[in-house]
Amino acid sequence: MGRVTKLVLLLVLAAAPWYLSAYDLSLLGRFLALALPALGIVWLWGYAGVLSLGQGVFFGIGGYALAMHLKLVGLANQELPDFMVWNGVSALPWWWAPFRSPAFSLLAVLCLPPATAAALGFLLFRRRITGVYVSLITQALALAFATLLISQQGLTGGFNGLTNFSTFLGFDVGSQGFHRALYWTTAALVGAVLAGAGGLLRTDFGRLLLAIRDAENRVRFLGYDPAPCKVMAFAISAFLAGLGGALFTLHVGVISPAMVGVVPSIEMVIWAAMGGRTHPVGAVAATVAVNLIKDRISSALPDAWLYLAGLLFLATVLLGPSLSRWRVLRRAKLSASSSQQEVAYVP
Amino acid sequence: MREGALVLGQLFNGLSVGSILLLAALGLALTFGLMRVINMAHGELLMVGGYLAYLAHRWIPGPLFPLPALLFGFLGAALLGVLLEWAVVRHLYGRPLETLLATWGVSLLLQQAARNLFGPTGVEVTAPSWLQGALTVDRGALAGLVLPHVRFFVLALSGAVLAGVWGMLHGTLLGLYVRAVNQDREVCGVLGVSTPRVDRAVFALGSGLAGLAGAALALIAPVTPTVGQSYIVDAFLVVIVGGLGSLLGTALASGMVGVLSSALQVFTSVSFAKVLLLLTVVAFLQLRPRGLVSVRSRALEEGTHG
Repeated sequence: MGRVTKLVLLLVLAAAPWYLSAYDLSLLGRFLALALPALGIVWLWGYAGVLSLGQGVFFGIGGYALAMHLKLVGLANQELPDFMVWNGVSALPWWWAPFRSPAFSLLAVLCLPPATAAALGFLLFRRRITGVYVSLITQALALAFATLLISQQGLTGGFNGLTNFSTFLGFDVGSQGFHRALYWTTAALVGAVLAGAGGLLRTDFGRLLLAIRDAENRVRFLGYDPAPCKVMAFAISAFLAGLGGALFTLHVGVISPAMVGVVPSIEMVIWAAMGGRTHPVGAVAATVAVNLIKDRISSALPDAWLYLAGLLFLATVLLGPSLSRWRVLRRAKLSASSSQQEVAYVP
Repeated sequence: MREGALVLGQLFNGLSVGSILLLAALGLALTFGLMRVINMAHGELLMVGGYLAYLAHRWIPGPLFPLPALLFGFLGAALLGVLLEWAVVRHLYGRPLETLLATWGVSLLLQQAARNLFGPTGVEVTAPSWLQGALTVDRGALAGLVLPHVRFFVLALSGAVLAGVWGMLHGTLLGLYVRAVNQDREVCGVLGVSTPRVDRAVFALGSGLAGLAGAALALIAPVTPTVGQSYIVDAFLVVIVGGLGSLLGTALASGMVGVLSSALQVFTSVSFAKVLLLLTVVAFLQLRPRGLVSVRSRALEEGTHG
């Protein structure tokens, strides 16, 4: 993309509060928040070649960490969040208590998802567990996480999740000003991630990552250990997913197991896949487009959405190679990041 | 209930859960283990088998309906599997992650189709009278032990299916081809084996086994559009723990996972048991990253289709 295109796009996004209705603005903000986990998948899958089907877990950790703070803010010392009272919980669990502090909560949003991912990634990549194994294990993680959240109703809000927030850092979360500020924050963060991606990719770390994706064993033979790089990529992707989860929680006003389980996790992957996997701007565009279509269709014809989603998966994968080949031609200068050729199957 | 009865009952429960997992995982062990194809729609093929058993139950009178139901489930799912292989999977050989996403799309389509055809709540198949009773122990050290007949049936069925698949792999020409293609696809092709046809046969067999599992499961629990989802993740864990391409490993792993998860459920809740099970699997992979029974290979990259 040329510099002029970027500038125009930036202005169009920044000016959105003035030409979009409040509802449309909140939709756009929410979709941009969802673009962050998709960008994380670009890093993890597109650049490191690791397909995680559990990004919803990190999205959820970020979202819940913030939501716990939002439930506690404004409560008196002995008071409990509403859902705990309904479930007959008599005292605040110890692991809820630190979330009274906004600083701790924000720190948790930023650190907890990458730390979890790094721990899991260390265990997996250290033992050279790769490819589909990682995908299946992370998917099991997403299932376990969602099941756990639903079962612990008194501690996590169960199936309904955490909702009914009033203030954040002293601002009324329902006010128009808050929503505008939140939109700009989200858009700025997405922009920053997009701007930073190219630079990070040109560092030694980035080059090594692409090399690992294309030929992990050769990298090993050259004397590098691929594991730390992959752990780092996993942590980056979890960081972005967690950030997205926290912003999404603020935009929508709710976080629930329905947004962290197996299905949302794999949906995030398809946004990145549709955008072209190695193409950050494409991932953002695809996230916004798919979610807009989903929003419109599932409100009009709820049944039709799943059919369309299924076809979307099929079309993305089956038609994908020809689309990405076209992009390879156009983006020949970033040659390292766009080599998509895998070993062809010769029957 | 006494301690002994509780432990034994739970052990039986675990074995029974394991035998269902084995039925669900055997087809996966074939398609994933031998062909390196991740079929996310495997659970939905299981669901199709369940619905076919339901139809058989409605149309076929008499107490022996489970037998044609199993046959229907197997054939119907195998046919659907062939269609799936022809339309989607064969274009994606050698690209496991893409196959995963595409078959996930197929699973969404099948789930929604089931919801529209049979309703979202699920349908029930009443087991015939000869499967309904239970073996109960009234006296002695094991008083209070209840072992339902239908669980014995599933246990026996999974044993028979395991033996059948093993016999097919080691006693028939197709089985020889399948094992040979698994070892070296290119050399097999050079020697005149039509590898695409072997692929299709394995995929059909794996899908059929999923349908069989679904038909057997219908006797135990109601068939819902999401029944496949609830088994697929555990079944994949079983295949991973068992080791790629090893039937013995799959059988051992499904027994272990079944017993472990029902043992964990005694001490914690069902959901905590799921989390603990996953942690155990990750810990186990630290010790044996290639699974229980790993096939020795000099290939550098495991998982490439070649």
